[in-house]
Amino acid sequence: MPELTNRERMAIPRHEMPTQAPDVRGTNFDEVALGYTWELAQQEAERCLQCAKPRCVDGCPVGVQIPQFIKALRAGDLPAAVRAMQEKNNLPAICGRVCPQETQCEANCVLAKKGQAVAIGRLERFVGDFELREHTSAAKAAPPAGRKVAVIGSGPAGLTCAVDLAKLGHKVVIFESLHLPGGVLIYGIPEFRLPKRIIRAELESAAKNLGIEIRTDHVIGNTYTIDELLNEYDAVFMGTGAGLPSFMRIPGINLNGVMSANEFLTRVNLMKGYRFPEYDTPVKIGRRVAVIGAGNVAMDAARSALRLQKMRDRQNGDAPPESHIVYRRSRHEVPAREEEFHHAVEEGVICDFLTNPIAILGDDAGTAGAVRAMRCIRMELGEPDASGRRSPVPIAGSEFEMPVDTVIFALGTSPNPIVFNNAAGLERTRHGTVVADAETGRTLKPGVWAGGDVVTGAATVISAMGAGKRAAADIHKFLSDETLFNVG
Amino acid sequence: MYPILEKQRLSDAIVLMVVQAPHVARNARPGQFVIVIGDEQGERIPLTIADHDRPAGTITLVIQEIGKSTRQMGAMAVGDGFYSVAGPLGHPTEIETLGTVACVAGGVGIAPMYPISRALKAAGNHVISIIGARSHELLFWEDKMRSVSDELIVCTDDGSYGRKGVVTAPLKELLEARPGEVKKVWAIGPTVMMKFVSLTTQPFGVETIVSLNTIMIDGTGMCGGCRVPMTDGAKFVCVDGPEFNGHVVDWNGLLSRMQFYRGEEQLAVERWDRLHETPSHECNLEKIPA
Repeated sequence: MPELTNRERMAIPRHEMPTQAPDVRGTNFDEVALGYTWELAQQEAERCLQCAKPRCVDGCPVGVQIPQFIKALRAGDLPAAVRAMQEKNNLPAICGRVCPQETQCEANCVLAKKGQAVAIGRLERFVGDFELREHTSAAKAAPPAGRKVAVIGSGPAGLTCAVDLAKLGHKVVIFESLHLPGGVLIYGIPEFRLPKRIIRAELESAAKNLGIEIRTDHVIGNTYTIDELLNEYDAVFMGTGAGLPSFMRIPGINLNGVMSANEFLTRVNLMKGYRFPEYDTPVKIGRRVAVIGAGNVAMDAARSALRLQKMRDRQNGDAPPESHIVYRRSRHEVPAREEEFHHAVEEGVICDFLTNPIAILGDDAGTAGAVRAMRCIRMELGEPDASGRRSPVPIAGSEFEMPVDTVIFALGTSPNPIVFNNAAGLERTRHGTVVADAETGRTLKPGVWAGGDVVTGAATVISAMGAGKRAAADIHKFLSDETLFNVG
Repeated sequence: MYPILEKQRLSDAIVLMVVQAPHVARNARPGQFVIVIGDEQGERIPLTIADHDRPAGTITLVIQEIGKSTRQMGAMAVGDGFYSVAGPLGHPTEIETLGTVACVAGGVGIAPMYPISRALKAAGNHVISIIGARSHELLFWEDKMRSVSDELIVCTDDGSYGRKGVVTAPLKELLEARPGEVKKVWAIGPTVMMKFVSLTTQPFGVETIVSLNTIMIDGTGMCGGCRVPMTDGAKFVCVDGPEFNGHVVDWNGLLSRMQFYRGEEQLAVERWDRLHETPSHECNLEKIPA
């Protein structure tokens, strides 16, 4: 193809990614977004203007060399695109699927002003998927440096930190509390958004190529304490995430049918509850579901609920079920990734904005029994709060009852507490997060680094990966500097 | 895989297994539990650690074959292995020297009670144990409990062995006959038994610790499925427990929550029995000595 002029490039419209049709995907857990074809990927790559000062890179928490990989992609040299990607990101098939590109790289794209940013995330996914199939550029570990690092947690932060350290020649052992590695990627994000085979493939190739050992079923804090790890390892990285769910402090949260999004999604994703009784873990979903919250986790829960309902009702032939997002702010403040919100609405999730539950009502007078309804109040937006968003204020006299039989709280999470058992010197904030330097990940306990949600509270996969990367660099510096290391 | 090294049938529906799990054994203490998965399709089941052997790297589990997963585990043999064993989880029992204490255990709860009684006795307490089962055939470890108790009372619901009746009757008599002597009570067994032990001790003002076994998935604080309504708010069994003050548990709320998946549990058991054509009874072949 002859070189296009910038004017010609700008004339090409952004390419949509093929998806499963909403009515089809509603009754399965297969991946919704199908990925670009080779033709679509090349055409989309043609749209990149190869800016001299690429602002997209500034928008990426790990600084992926975006223009370079896109240039190689449109030249048809996919292995070169992979190598450019791997300079900064070892998990492109995952990031391409779950990063909020519209607020990061794509927000900074010069074409974004017209709402036509280059589809960087979709191209990243295309490159990542190619590499998972073709294995053109296996990551290689440097010769052994003689140091051992323990990484706690195998989610995005831990995994990224482990990969970077192993590449530098350090012996890395990852400790994972669950029976499968991947952290939130495996227990939280549904199959239809991030297939388990992608995570498994990314993990297996990292573990095999770099000699990373993953020990599952190890609950650090109990199985070993951090201090015990420090006796055996030269450094410890905590990437334990934020897994502790929050419930609203309203009456009725212990009724049957009320659960955290973590419980619901863990049953569905990690335990494959949607295949009960072939898999042993049951998951119970009612006919009218209310998911409280509007972040990515809320969208995942509402969409999973809708699928379970439709899969069940296809057998029963009952009246259509309902899955609601109940959010106290408005459409404008929805924190979920744009694509997830769009897909949720497309699939039939009903949104109740400016609505807040004040009590969950049971079918019984006491604390026991099952959920019958939710007492809600309408909200309006008032003055901006500390986060800069207009804070929701209840409208007096607007209370109403919403008939529901399942209530799922997706209100954010705080760090898992167990890892802090017998770890004197690890300072924590009043939110339960560990105090660590934002640039280096160093905690106040010598030899211990931390990054990801355990430091920031619930955030994104990519920001956790960025933190894992920065910590790996600092751990390497520490381990390589004899003077520093020997003092520690 | 975590190999089963030893299997012993304690009663018709209760089986003991010694499992190779050095990572759990190394830090395990009385009162803690593990999460076990039978096979790759399995669910995460919380099981109390009945005993451990650090040098051997083993833990002892006592499993009541009540649902599909536990029946499947009970059908496993020496040489088979569990897919996953994670732990130890939860807080260990706080062992103090108090004077006279009572350990009340029912059914499969006798197994996790044994190491607690042992530790309490080793700490210098006068241990009064009350153990019970529905019938004589379902009772196990009487001798083991006797060896770690200063006094032992055995009950069966049907009177086929020991005292006829439930464990709360001798407990009440003890508290009435020897006022102020018992400083603390531990109770482990079916939820409804622990409820009635707590109701029995409450009027006497004797602190009562119960070990709750609720619906649970990860066991590490992540899902919140194990939350138990308390008079002072909800608590998570996995990270706050499993032992709690029985006098502040909202027992009716807890019993109701434990029923939530009953239909699914029933369905899974029926499917298992159908597929294996072995209604829950002990296979006579297992009784033949090796």
